Amino acid sequence: MDEIAALLEPQIPALRRYAWALLRDHEAADDLVQDTLERAISRWGQRRQEGDLRAWLFTIQRNLFLNGLRQRKARGTQVGEDALNDVQALGTDPESHAGLRDVLVGLDALSEEQRSLLLLVGVEDLSYEQAAKVLGIPLGTVMSRLSRARARLREFMENGRSTVLRRVK
Amino acid sequence: MTGERPIGEDDLQAYVDGRLTPSRREAVKAYLEDHPALADQVGQEIEQREALRARLSFKAAEPIPSRLRIANLMAAQRRPPRGRPAAVAAAVAGLLVGSVLGAAGGIWWSSGPAQLAQTSVAGNAIAAHRIYVGERLHPVEVPAEQEAHLVQWLSRRVGKPLSAPNLTAQGYRLIGGRLLPDGGEAAALFMYENAGGNRLTLYARSGGTDAQTSFRFESRDDVSAFSWIDNGLSYVVTAKVDRAQLLPIAEAIYRQFEATGEPAKSRL
Repeated sequence: MDEIAALLEPQIPALRRYAWALLRDHEAADDLVQDTLERAISRWGQRRQEGDLRAWLFTIQRNLFLNGLRQRKARGTQVGEDALNDVQALGTDPESHAGLRDVLVGLDALSEEQRSLLLLVGVEDLSYEQAAKVLGIPLGTVMSRLSRARARLREFMENGRSTVLRRVK
Repeated sequence: MTGERPIGEDDLQAYVDGRLTPSRREAVKAYLEDHPALADQVGQEIEQREALRARLSFKAAEPIPSRLRIANLMAAQRRPPRGRPAAVAAAVAGLLVGSVLGAAGGIWWSSGPAQLAQTSVAGNAIAAHRIYVGERLHPVEVPAEQEAHLVQWLSRRVGKPLSAPNLTAQGYRLIGGRLLPDGGEAAALFMYENAGGNRLTLYARSGGTDAQTSFRFESRDDVSAFSWIDNGLSYVVTAKVDRAQLLPIAEAIYRQFEATGEPAKSRL
């Protein structure tokens, strides 16, 4: 038990940051982290001993996030990319820091996968290999999608909302 | 520059992330000096990467809430589900599959510690049953023909993914459902009917907790009801049958939700 705590607890700040970046709600983010940790504890034995704990935890958390999203965004039986992409209809952001807020608004203009990539690589400092594991895509795909995600964020920051609104609906 | 690998988008991304070897970094730098428009874009991407880190850094600096302490989470997993009277537990022995953890099922957005009094939900459910099963003209708001719409609508209003269980094996078919108020919140009522015209209702509302309880039985006059909480939802199945007849139906419903509640298999 002490071993589990000693390995898991150092990961919690990063998991909370990723969860909040995805959800922008403190309570919901901690609920997601709690579910992630509970699942990790219950599946501790299934973790490969030499496996990458960090990638494993982020994978669990992202999958739980996507499951929640699917259930919440359920439209009949069909849930496609769009349902995942237009999730965050955020109004005013109480966390707003003047001048810094834009980058989060820009983040919302991206698809969930692009958002997760920018967060996992750019903020959580996962290696490209770890990010590939979490997203379940090949390494080469990580690089090209990262490139596209950053380009889109850049374009959004330059051009404002118009392009994004056109894209989403 | 002879023999050197040409610069690719992977190099540029690794440059933005500061992950290139020193020699490769110099090569990219030199390349960007020759391509000022691209250099400008890369510069912006570096800035945006920094801005995102700065914007989110507060969250990782926060003290960890005690509910996320591993010791607390592990202690909670060892505790048996709360609100399980021994007598009732004995009556439904073998029924309760899945632990509190299993019940967590990935429905994480439903937070809030408000432990709901299961009995009051059952009382409301029985009242709703009485009012609507006798209704000839308008027993339901949305008929079973529009089941997908019905389930989707009620899920949205109740705030949790619902599904209408299939009870054909028990001799009941769905005839539809309706939305009801319950203590200021939305509740869903699914109505079923068997070949003999007997009607059964399944009432569901957000339970405000992920705790899982065993079946609780209640009867008022000739109406029997089993209620339970699972996956953050309070369920009450009610019918004008005796306890022994209702129990297998409640079990069947519980098992169907257990099966579909698995995140990976979720139909909703």
